[in-house]
Amino acid sequence: MRAWRSGALRKLTWKTLPPVSAALGGALIGLSAALLWLADGRIAGISGIVGGLVPPRVGDIGWRIAFLAGLIGAPVIYALVTGGPPRVAVSASAGTLVAAGLLVGVGTRLGGGCTSGHGGCGLARMSRRSVVATVLFIAAAAVTVFVTHHTLGG
Amino acid sequence: MLRIIVALAAGLLFGLGLTVSQMINPAKVIAFLDFAGDWDPSLAFVMAGAIPVAAIGFALGKRRQAPLCASEFAGPTRKTVDRRLVLGAIVFGTGWGLVGYCPGPALASLTFGGTSMAGFLVAMLVGIAVFAAANTSLFRRPKVA
Repeated sequence: MRAWRSGALRKLTWKTLPPVSAALGGALIGLSAALLWLADGRIAGISGIVGGLVPPRVGDIGWRIAFLAGLIGAPVIYALVTGGPPRVAVSASAGTLVAAGLLVGVGTRLGGGCTSGHGGCGLARMSRRSVVATVLFIAAAAVTVFVTHHTLGG
Repeated sequence: MLRIIVALAAGLLFGLGLTVSQMINPAKVIAFLDFAGDWDPSLAFVMAGAIPVAAIGFALGKRRQAPLCASEFAGPTRKTVDRRLVLGAIVFGTGWGLVGYCPGPALASLTFGGTSMAGFLVAMLVGIAVFAAANTSLFRRPKVA
């Protein structure tokens, strides 16, 4: 019980138990991936969908633009329907944002996927590559957060 | 045309999912990655919600020769864990941890993230373009049959 009171387990009480909305939102993302695969035969990996437009290839542009339009449009529709924009809190300097963007751009293309492609679709397909990638990018991100939040005084 | 409509619908579902689950908010993502801080397991629950549903889709796809609206399934062709995968995942993870943005939420919050998000997005596109340019010279290897 002492461990429960003082340790990390205490954080998993009802108050902080992840809301159903997280799993529900996840299910919608899963449905998106299932739909895009069954109907269009494409993986719903965002870095791959964007990367396929750089450079654009004739005959392989329309569906990518349509998907991205939906991705960008949905939160706007959500905001209009619910009457308030979703909370988006960024706490990084301009320089950090640019560095992060570059790393994410290069890394996802080199590694062949991001959170959605490897972490969502890849794990659902039980791809060994995606399991390795997902473990590595979560580990690298956790180390980065630890260094920037707990050792650099940020 | 049907392909385009399906892709739009899939994009809308994806964006709605990110919004409902609050993964559009980098602070929520950082809170998941911050295992030494006030840990927020939400992202794990998002994946737990997404993966079974997607897995059903991929299982159904295995029974078909071709997708409903396209001529073939265009899935990943690489099968082995190689250096590119390992290095790429580590580079991506480092960038992800710096701000809490991965490509999906970064695009989904285009309307709400302000100039900071736009800076990230432009840098990400530059990163993708730089890779695309370098890939043709630096990384290209002969195709293995």
